[in-house]
Amino acid sequence: MVTTELIWKLLDQVADPEIPVLTIADLGIVRTVEIIDNKCIVTITPTYSGCPAMHQIEEEILKALSPTITTEVKSTLSPAWTTDWMSEKGKEKLREYGIAPPENEVDKSVLFAKPTVVPCPKCNSKNTRMVSQFGSTACKAHYQCNQCLEPFDYFKCLR
Amino acid sequence: MTVKEALYTYVVRIADDSLILGQRLAEWCGHGPILEEDIALTNISLDLIGQATNLFQYAVTLEDKGRTEDQLAFLRVDREYSNLLLVEQPNKDFGYTIARQFYFDAFRKLFFEALTNSEDTQLAAIAEKSLKETKYHLKHSSEWIIRLGDGTEESHQRIQEAVNFHWRFTHELFFQNEVDKTLIELGIGLDLATLFDDWKNYVSNVLQQATLELPSHSFKLEGGRTGMHSEHLGYLLAEMQYMQRAFPNLTW
Repeated sequence: MVTTELIWKLLDQVADPEIPVLTIADLGIVRTVEIIDNKCIVTITPTYSGCPAMHQIEEEILKALSPTITTEVKSTLSPAWTTDWMSEKGKEKLREYGIAPPENEVDKSVLFAKPTVVPCPKCNSKNTRMVSQFGSTACKAHYQCNQCLEPFDYFKCLR
Repeated sequence: MTVKEALYTYVVRIADDSLILGQRLAEWCGHGPILEEDIALTNISLDLIGQATNLFQYAVTLEDKGRTEDQLAFLRVDREYSNLLLVEQPNKDFGYTIARQFYFDAFRKLFFEALTNSEDTQLAAIAEKSLKETKYHLKHSSEWIIRLGDGTEESHQRIQEAVNFHWRFTHELFFQNEVDKTLIELGIGLDLATLFDDWKNYVSNVLQQATLELPSHSFKLEGGRTGMHSEHLGYLLAEMQYMQRAFPNLTW
């Protein structure tokens, strides 16, 4: 008998294609897992509307679960994904990988607000600067450490 | 007009604005004035095209004629696109691109905020998702308006020119016809007139911080919503549709 607990365990093996140290469960994009009549329905939500990884994530889920149970992947937009759903374990893994995890950010409606203090994932210095609000993927901003000079990605806060 | 037909038209309008502006911004890929802006403009483009995908996917279910979202995006003729004239305007230079984006983002943020209360749950869900991204876009374009306006003499003069030029297309942001009327009554669509004051206040406020003048000319152009476009759209579509026209049903 396949349980949802087992499915969650299997899903915890599915890596995000863009940031392979994170699983899709760490990211919080798996919203629900249901088993109805020996069929598993996994509902996921995109991080950003245009995230090109969504199709691949769907395929990876099917690959991970299909040997165990017939699976269907559904997508939902509401409630909209937020970085608040990222697990603490996920944030720690991001930092070790060299990407600064999301910080509690100021209201985006304030123009030229002092950028959020994002500690450097290499040397942990808080003396860093934002280079660009937009980075290598939709979910990241670009920062540089003024202390050790390391340029790094910051997984920006989305609320 | 049935409610379903009205809703289809409504959804395609929002989708077309996102798609065409997304395509325009994508033209900056590899041509940004600095690397960070190259990345920023194409990131925003990606968000917009993602929004368009969600909206077109919804539109084809409303239409129920077996079309796919790609067919709506790539296989219509210019008169069938209902995007605003504003979003099809050429990039010209960074200042023109930012001015166009600023007017649009300021509108879109208010629009999506209000649309999250729509009685149509799918439309509300798309609005909720898109709103989070739009907040980033608006911050980006607003800060550039201020930087350029309050920058050098040259940047001030050029962004003022771009702000003045695009002003004529902003009237159309608030275009409404029987489609809107049908949906407003059902609590699905919004009365755009209710957004106007907030939009104008926001725009005035940022322009003032940027030491720029709010344009005062009353010359206005509209037509995009009803399929009457400027010649610029034809060239944009020719490029955007090329692959699907030359190699029908091509997929990645």
